Amino acid sequence: MKNNAYRQHFILLSILLIAFFFFSLSNGRYSNNPMDVVGVVWNKLIGKPQDNSVMETIIFHIRLPRITASILVGAMLSLSGAVYQGVFRNPLVSPDLLGVSAGASVGAAASILLGYGMLERQMLAFSGGLLAVWITTRIPKAFKNNSNMMLVLSGIIVGGFLCSLLGIMKFIAEEQTELSSIVFWQMGSMSNISKNELISISPVFILCSIALILLSWRINILSFGEIESKTLGINIKRIRGIVIICASLLTASAVSISGTIGWIGLIIPHLGRLTVGTDHTKLLPITLLMGSLFMLVIDTAARALTSVEIPLSILTGLIGAPIYGYLLFKQKANIL
Amino acid sequence: MKIDISKLSYSYNGKKDVFRNVSFSMHAGEIISIIGPNGIGKTTLLNCIMKLITPTSGEIWIEGKDMMSMSYQEVAQAISFVPQSIIPSFDYSVLEYVVTGCAPRLGVFERPKEKHYALAKDAIEQMEITHLIHKPYTKLSGGELQLVSIARAITQQAKIILMDEPTSHLDYGNQIKVLRLIKKMVNKGYGIILTTHNPDHALLLQGKVAAFDRNGDFHFGECNQILNEDLLHLIYGIPLHLLRDEEVNRVVCVAPNL
Repeated sequence: MKNNAYRQHFILLSILLIAFFFFSLSNGRYSNNPMDVVGVVWNKLIGKPQDNSVMETIIFHIRLPRITASILVGAMLSLSGAVYQGVFRNPLVSPDLLGVSAGASVGAAASILLGYGMLERQMLAFSGGLLAVWITTRIPKAFKNNSNMMLVLSGIIVGGFLCSLLGIMKFIAEEQTELSSIVFWQMGSMSNISKNELISISPVFILCSIALILLSWRINILSFGEIESKTLGINIKRIRGIVIICASLLTASAVSISGTIGWIGLIIPHLGRLTVGTDHTKLLPITLLMGSLFMLVIDTAARALTSVEIPLSILTGLIGAPIYGYLLFKQKANIL
Repeated sequence: MKIDISKLSYSYNGKKDVFRNVSFSMHAGEIISIIGPNGIGKTTLLNCIMKLITPTSGEIWIEGKDMMSMSYQEVAQAISFVPQSIIPSFDYSVLEYVVTGCAPRLGVFERPKEKHYALAKDAIEQMEITHLIHKPYTKLSGGELQLVSIARAITQQAKIILMDEPTSHLDYGNQIKVLRLIKKMVNKGYGIILTTHNPDHALLLQGKVAAFDRNGDFHFGECNQILNEDLLHLIYGIPLHLLRDEEVNRVVCVAPNL
């Protein structure tokens, strides 16, 4: 992949993302004229009093946090997906498959049951996610079998166990309040994300994304496997550790604010590879942009298409599964 | 550049010895062919010298430095490794793959620049595979992959190159081509240690021979001094003949009639 083609894709995706940002800002149940939206944003920027205060509230207190959340969550899930696939040299893994999402879900559900606040929920989701990915990656080592298939099977074992834990929590949850919030949260939604939540996950997003993009060339080498990495002088334990922790923190923070949203961490990296190739120095920035755009489009559809909110996991599954099928069909030579 | 190996032994779980008491030295510009029967520990020895596994006892010194005290990065600056086979993961282009040979000389956050790509392109040219430069390395044949792997070792700019059975996946023509290439690299000043199942390869390459016989005993010396019919019998357990052929003007190793 030539550098020029990469640059073109990068710029095109950035423009699309900005355009869709404004489109999304001006669409919803209380639909607005895009020009009026630009006016409101402009007035806000230059500090002029607003002529339309209802619209201001909708734009700045309802839509903007939600759009920001979609962009962040989309970026985090797809970036971590691309990184996991690279490090585990396995195009079949995703945050869901490694059990990170399930682990974070169990942590978050536990905090709902315990009546904890937002901060504790994030901490528990983090710990749950990290613990899950640690166990998933230990099982193949314990069996002394480092194949792709073993890792996938290990993810199924851990995910299945965590799903049952989540089931127990739902079973003992109080029906009216706790259960509904666990279930709602499990299907994924951007609707109740507060500014504070966004502020609390932004440092994680910024630090981990920067670290991963800085390390992206090393991720190429990690994707050659343990022996080749060592012979190329990589301190594999340290670099791989940092990379996995960053990716897991990204997933866990995304899950802690939006709930579990499937598919995106699996298909967007594939789509990225189809566009700019496998070199992670190009793949990671492209994947990040694509994930943001995809999530923003999905969430805008979820809130603006019908009069009721459609849970995000339903939409990502409906759209993601066929896309993944198509991608596998196109890449069939490169799997396994 | 000099490597000293002294009284090296390796055993799995401290039980059965894979090899024991191996000592030899090598300089850049020398070639050592490691020969021996299946499963005797040829690859294990290479893995020890690359610091991929830790020997049970004994020492390896690189330029007078104890390898155990060196980081992977320091080892990779001195020694590069061509594995018996590489299992491609994702479809990196040949150039993207070869340029990763620069990794030991780059900082953790650094990426290859123009001059590193130039090094990689030069190595690809030396291997005469320039036509493959933008091809995904998942789509290459075993022989092409071997050449790509050697190109990366050259890009690594280490003075010593270890090759684990560099001819094992190649047809006879390509085997000879690779051996010729290895000889050329030795003449350029690289030190090469390779393993092979074909004693005739050691004869073709000349230089030194490190041989494990079937009892696990280690023999080391100049090829034309120690490689004789008795040693070959000790190694392979069948009578093999060394004949001087006037037409090719060298000693060849042949098996008797079946």
